[in-house]
Amino acid sequence: MLSRLLNFFLFLFFLSTLPNNISVIAATSKIELIEQNWPFNGIFGRFDKASLQRGFKVYTEVCSACHGLRHLSYRDLAGIGYSSDEIKVIAGEYEIIDGPNDEGEMFTRDAKMSDKFVGPYENDKVARLANNGAYPPDLSLIVKARAGGADYIYSLLNGYKDFPENFEAGEGMYYNEYYPGNQIAMPPQIEDDIVEFDDGTTASHIQIARDITSFLAWAAEPELESRKSLGVKTLFFLVLITIMLLGVKRKVWKNLD
Amino acid sequence: MKEKEIDNSKGISGWIDKRLPVFTFINHNLRDYPTPKNLNYFWNFGSLAGITLVIMIITGILLAMQYTANTEIAFDSVERIMRDVNNGWLLRYIHMNGASMFFIIVYIHMFRGLYYGSYKYPREILWMLGVVILLLMMATAFMGYVLPWGQMSFWGATVITNLFSAFPIIGDYIVTFLWGGFSVDNPTLTRFFVLHYLLPFAIVGVVALHLVALHQFGSNNPTGIDVKSEGDTIPFHPYYTVKDYLGLGVYLIVFAFLVFFAPNFLGHPDNYIPANPLQTPAHIVPEWYFLPFYAILRAVPDKLLGVLLMFAAVLVLFFLPWLDKHKIRSANFRPFYKQFYWLFFINCIVLGWVGAMPAEGIYVLISRIATLYYFGFFLVIMPLLSKFEKTTELPSSISAAVISEKFDNKEPSTSESYVK
Repeated sequence: MLSRLLNFFLFLFFLSTLPNNISVIAATSKIELIEQNWPFNGIFGRFDKASLQRGFKVYTEVCSACHGLRHLSYRDLAGIGYSSDEIKVIAGEYEIIDGPNDEGEMFTRDAKMSDKFVGPYENDKVARLANNGAYPPDLSLIVKARAGGADYIYSLLNGYKDFPENFEAGEGMYYNEYYPGNQIAMPPQIEDDIVEFDDGTTASHIQIARDITSFLAWAAEPELESRKSLGVKTLFFLVLITIMLLGVKRKVWKNLD
Repeated sequence: MKEKEIDNSKGISGWIDKRLPVFTFINHNLRDYPTPKNLNYFWNFGSLAGITLVIMIITGILLAMQYTANTEIAFDSVERIMRDVNNGWLLRYIHMNGASMFFIIVYIHMFRGLYYGSYKYPREILWMLGVVILLLMMATAFMGYVLPWGQMSFWGATVITNLFSAFPIIGDYIVTFLWGGFSVDNPTLTRFFVLHYLLPFAIVGVVALHLVALHQFGSNNPTGIDVKSEGDTIPFHPYYTVKDYLGLGVYLIVFAFLVFFAPNFLGHPDNYIPANPLQTPAHIVPEWYFLPFYAILRAVPDKLLGVLLMFAAVLVLFFLPWLDKHKIRSANFRPFYKQFYWLFFINCIVLGWVGAMPAEGIYVLISRIATLYYFGFFLVIMPLLSKFEKTTELPSSISAAVISEKFDNKEPSTSESYVK
C-alpha cells in the first residue's frame, strides 16, 4: 500500500512537470521555445513584484502605443504593489469619455481607479488603419491565449531575424522564428535602454523582455498567487484526510476477517 | 444480512416514516443494502460520477448568476467572473475541469462495465440508461463549451452543428433550426445556455432511474457470478460507504491538483481569444473527451457516412447486451475476450490521439484502422466469441473466490477463519 501511495505521488509529480497546456504536446513540428525558469511556475510559484512593476513601465511606454489591456482596471495595479495614491496618479494621466451629464452632453474626464485601462484606439477599424491593416491584439489574456504561454511571448519578443533568402515577404512584414508562418506585422520592439527603470535595473533587451512577459503573465492570471497558495493548503488537507480515511477503511474492513 | 426494521410507532422519525417512508428507504438502499463482498476499486466510479454531477450543478448554478448569454458580452462576463467575482476563478476552474473529470470518471465506469460484463442479463436496462446519461452528458458538455464564446467555442459550435447538414434534403433545415438563424449567432448562444442549464436536471432524472435499475438486482462483481447466499454479501454501510469516502479522497486530490495548478491544461488556448466569425483558427479541435468520436468522423472521406459512423459509435453501445451473448460475464474467465478487450482499450486511446492530429498523411490511415477495429470489436468479435469462446474454470461462489484469493496471497494459517 505504501508503494502504491508513493506511485500516486510520483504520478502527481509527473503531472506537475507537464507544460501548461495539452496542445503544446500536440504541436510537435514547431520550433522549440526559449524556456525560462519563471518565478510564477510550479506549485509554489509567486510573482516577482519588482519585475512586474518594471514590466508595467515597459507596457506603458512601449506596448500601450498599439495594444490595449481592456480586462484590467487601474485598481488592479494594487496587485503588483502600488498604493492607492500611486494608482490615482497613474489613472489620472488618462482621459476617458463619460456622460451624458445633466445637460445631455458627453464630456471627457480623468480616469479613476475604478475605470478599465484606456485603450490606444477608439475602435478596431482605426486600429487596423493605423497598423497597415493588422490588428494589434489586446494583451490582457495574451499569455493564456497562446500555446506555450509566457515562454512563447518571451521567445517571440526575442525571435526577430532577417528574412531568409527566397522568403516571399509581405509588404511591411517582419521575420520572426516563433510566429506561426514566420511573418509578423509587429516591428521588433525590444532594444537595450528603450526604457529607463526606476529601480536602477540595467535595461538590457533580455531584462526588458523578461519583465514585460512577467507583467503580461500577471495581467492574464492576476489570481495566480491566491490560486496556488489556496491549492497548496487544499492539497495538504486532502492528502491528510485521505490518509486518515485509508486507516478508517482498513479498520472497518478488518471486521470481516 | 437481515434488514433492520424501522420501528415506526416510536419517536419523530417513526411518525414521519409511517407516513413517508424516507428512513426505510435510506436504510434499504444505503445502509443494509446487501452488496457483493468482493467489489474492487473500479466499483468506486459510479458514486464518484454522482458526486461530480452534484459538483457541476452547484458550481454551474453559481456561475449562471454571473454569466451573461449574449454574444456581445459573454466573453467579457466570463473574464469578469475570473477577475472580479469573489472566488469566481475557483468556481469557473472547478466547473471547467469538472467537465473533464466527469468524462474521465464515466469512461472508466463504462470500461469497468465492459470488462466485467455488467451490461448482461439482468442488467440490460441499467446499461442502456447509462448510455442515455452519456449522450446527455455529451450534449451538455458541448453546449457548455460554447458559452464562454471564445474562438474554439464559436468554431467548435459551427463545425459540430454543420454536421447535420450532411443529411440529404432536411439537413439544411435542421441546421437553421439548431442555430435559430443562418449562422452561429446570438440566438444559438442563448438557446445553448438554456439547454445547458436544463439538461443536467434531465441527467439527474436518468441517474435516479439508473439507480433504481441497479438496486433491482444489485451490483455486479469482479467474478461476474450471481450472489448465491447471504454469505456472499456485506451491508453497504459501513463497508462501502467508507470505501467510497476513501476513493473520493483520492479523486479530489487529482481534481484539486488540476484546478489549482494546471487549470488550463486540458483546455485550448484559442478559447481565450474572443469569438471572431471572420477568422478561422488553424486547427479546430474539440475537447479531449470527444476526440475518439471526432477521429471516427474524419476517418471517412464521405461527410454523411462520417457523421452516421460517429453517431453509430455511441449508439452501438445500446445493443451491447445483444451483441455479447456469452453466458459468462467477467473477462477474468474469458481468455480471448480479455485480450480483445485490452486491444479495444488501447484502440480507443489511439483514436483519441489521432483525433487531435491533423487529418492528413499517416494519421488518416491510422484513424481508419482504429475505426475498423472499434466497430469490428462490437459487431464481429463479440458475437463470434459469444458462440465459440471456452471459459476457464469459475469459482463456485463469490465467497469461494474471495477465500481462494486470500489463500494465494497470504500464509494459509492466517486464513483459517474464512473456512467455516
